[in-house]
Amino acid sequence: MGLNNQLINQGEAGRPTCTMKIRNKPTNILPGFGLTLGFSAFYLCLIVLIPLSALFVSALRMDANEFWETITSPRVLASYRLTFGASFAAAIINAVFGLLVAWVLVRYRFAGRKLIDAMVDLPFALPTAVAGIALTTIYAPNGWMGRLLAPLGIKVAFTPLGIMIALTFIGLPFVVRTVQPVLEDLGTEIEEAAASLGATPFQAFRRVLFPELLPSLLTGFALAFARALGEYGSVVFIAGNMPMKTEITPLLIITKLEQYDYAGATAIAVVMLVLSFILLLTINLLQRWAQRSRQCQ
Amino acid sequence: MMTIKTWITHVVLGVLVLAIPGYAKDIKLLNVSYDPTRELYQEFNKAFAAYWKEKTGDTVVINQSHGGAGKQARAVIDGLEADVVTLALAYDIDAIAEKAKLFPKTWQSRLPNNSSPYTSTIVFLVRKGNPKQIKDWDDLIKPGVWIITPNPKTSGGARWNYLAAWAFALEQYKIQHPDQKDAEKSGEADAYSREFVAKIFKNVPVLDSGARGSTTTFVQREIGDVFLSWENEAFLAIKEFGADKFEIVIPSLSILAEPPVTVVDKVVDRRGTREVAQAYLEFLYSEKGQDIAARNFYRPRLESVAKKYAEQFPKVKMITIDAVFGGWQKAQKRHFDDGGVFDQIYGIK
Repeated sequence: MGLNNQLINQGEAGRPTCTMKIRNKPTNILPGFGLTLGFSAFYLCLIVLIPLSALFVSALRMDANEFWETITSPRVLASYRLTFGASFAAAIINAVFGLLVAWVLVRYRFAGRKLIDAMVDLPFALPTAVAGIALTTIYAPNGWMGRLLAPLGIKVAFTPLGIMIALTFIGLPFVVRTVQPVLEDLGTEIEEAAASLGATPFQAFRRVLFPELLPSLLTGFALAFARALGEYGSVVFIAGNMPMKTEITPLLIITKLEQYDYAGATAIAVVMLVLSFILLLTINLLQRWAQRSRQCQ
Repeated sequence: MMTIKTWITHVVLGVLVLAIPGYAKDIKLLNVSYDPTRELYQEFNKAFAAYWKEKTGDTVVINQSHGGAGKQARAVIDGLEADVVTLALAYDIDAIAEKAKLFPKTWQSRLPNNSSPYTSTIVFLVRKGNPKQIKDWDDLIKPGVWIITPNPKTSGGARWNYLAAWAFALEQYKIQHPDQKDAEKSGEADAYSREFVAKIFKNVPVLDSGARGSTTTFVQREIGDVFLSWENEAFLAIKEFGADKFEIVIPSLSILAEPPVTVVDKVVDRRGTREVAQAYLEFLYSEKGQDIAARNFYRPRLESVAKKYAEQFPKVKMITIDAVFGGWQKAQKRHFDDGGVFDQIYGIK
C-alpha cells in the first residue's frame, strides 16, 4: 500500500499529465455509440461466441470424470507440451526476426524492397497444406536443406524442430505487419536526439526505441502465438505424427473425430480454447502495462 | 434488424432455389466418396449418365465429393446431402447409420457382396529391384527395414494394413503350432500377433495422417524401403511415377479390403432420387461398371470381368475382417480406439 502510494505520488509530482490521462473518463463525442456497440456485440456473438459455446455444450455431454480423464491422459498432456512449447518458441523467433525484417523494410531504401515487403505476406496467402508439403520437401533427409543438416546429426523433418519451423513460417507476417507501421511513425529524429544527448546506439535502442515498439511487438507476438496454437494443415506434414513424440494437440482432436468421439474431441478443444484465452489475456495485460509505462515516460 | 417475416421469406426463397432443380428434368446426385476413387468415379459417372439417358431419357448429373473417409462420413453426419456414399470401410458408413440415423443399421446386407461392388487388398510397394528383398510380412520385422504406413488412428486405409499384418501373424502362429486345436483363438496366438505388429511399427519412422501423405513420404521424400498400400493405390503410384522406380510385391496372405456403398435413405426420399440412386449403385455391379472398376485397379467381383483382368490381379490368399476380427465394430474398438492395442503398442494406456 505504502509503496503504491509512493509510486503514484512520484508520478503525480514528476509527470502530472500521465495520471491525468489514465484517469480521464472517456466521453463519447461521436454519435451512434449505442448502435455500433450493439452491432459489434451482435456480430461477435454470431461469428465467435455462438460457435464457441456450441463447443462447450457438446463437451458438457461428458461427465466430469470422463472429461478429466480425456484431457489429462498422458498422450494428450504430451501434445499440450509440444503444441504450446513449439508455438511459444516459434513466436519468440518471429518476434526477434520479425522486428529485424520490419526494421530493414522501414529504415533502409534498397532495390527490391517492395518485393521483399510483398513476400512477407506470402505465408498468409499460401494454403497451409502447401506450406507444410514445401517445408517437408526441403527439410526431409533427401531435401536440399535436410541433406546438408543430416551429416551434422540434425534432423528437422519429423521432429519437434520441424514443427517449430513450420509454425515460424506461418507466423512470420504477424510481427512484421504489427511493428512496421509503428516504426514508420517513429521517425529517426528521436534516435538522433538520443544520440545528441550522448546515448550509445545500444542505449538509444534499449531506452528510446524499444519501449515504443514493445506494445506492437507484443501484439505481433500474441497473434503469431495464437495462430501457431491452432495450426494443423502445415504441421501434420512435417511432424511425422509419432505418438507421444510429435503429435500436436489439433491432430489428437482429429484423431478423436476419426473415432466419432465428438465429446472427446471437443473436450480437448475446450482445454485449448481456455488455455489460449488465458495466455492471450495475459499478453494483452502485459501489452497494456507496456503501453502505460511508455506513456508515463 | 430483420423481422421474423423477412426471415421466413428468406428461408422460403432459399428452399425454393434449392428445390428448383428437382422440378427440372435434370437430376442431380451427390456421391460422397473417399480420396482414391476420384478417377474411378469420373469414368463411372460418365458411363452411368449415358446409360440412364438411354434408359429413361433423363439427364443425370453426378457431383462427386472426395476426401479422407472419416472426414467425409462426418460431413454426411453433419448434414451434407449425399444421395449415395461410397467409402473406404464399413465402419465409417456404420457411423452414419448410428449417429445420424439416415439409413438402417442393416445397410450392408442390402446389396450383394457386403454392399462392396469392388474390392482391393493390401500389397507392398518397394523400390525397383527390391534392394531389401522384401517378400512377405515377416521380412518387415527385420531390423533396418523401414516401413511407411499412415497412422491407423487417423487413416481408414491404414487400419487394413495393421489388420492384415495381425492376420498374417495369427496364421503364422497356427502353422508353427499345428497340433494346437483352434490355435488362432488362443491367448498365446494373440500375444504373438501383438508382438509381431509391435515390431512392424517399431520400423515405422513416420506416421502420416492419411494415405496420400504416406505416398508422398515414400515416393517423393524417398523415405522407407516398403510402403504398405492398397493395391489400387500401388498401381496408381506406379502409373504416375513410373514402373522404373517401384514394383509391387504381393505377400503370401493379405486382407480382403471391401469399400462398401449405400443409398442414403433419408436424403433420397426427401429429394425424390431413390430410383436413380439405387440404379447408380446397381450399375456398379453390371459388367460395364465392373470393367471400369478393374480399369481403375479395383478388383472386380463379377467372374467374367475378373477373368479378363486375371493377369493384372494375381491370386492372393485373403482373409476377411468378419472371419478373423468379427467385423469392423469389434476391430475398431479393440485395436484402434483410445487405449486400444495400437495405443498400447506405443506405450499409451
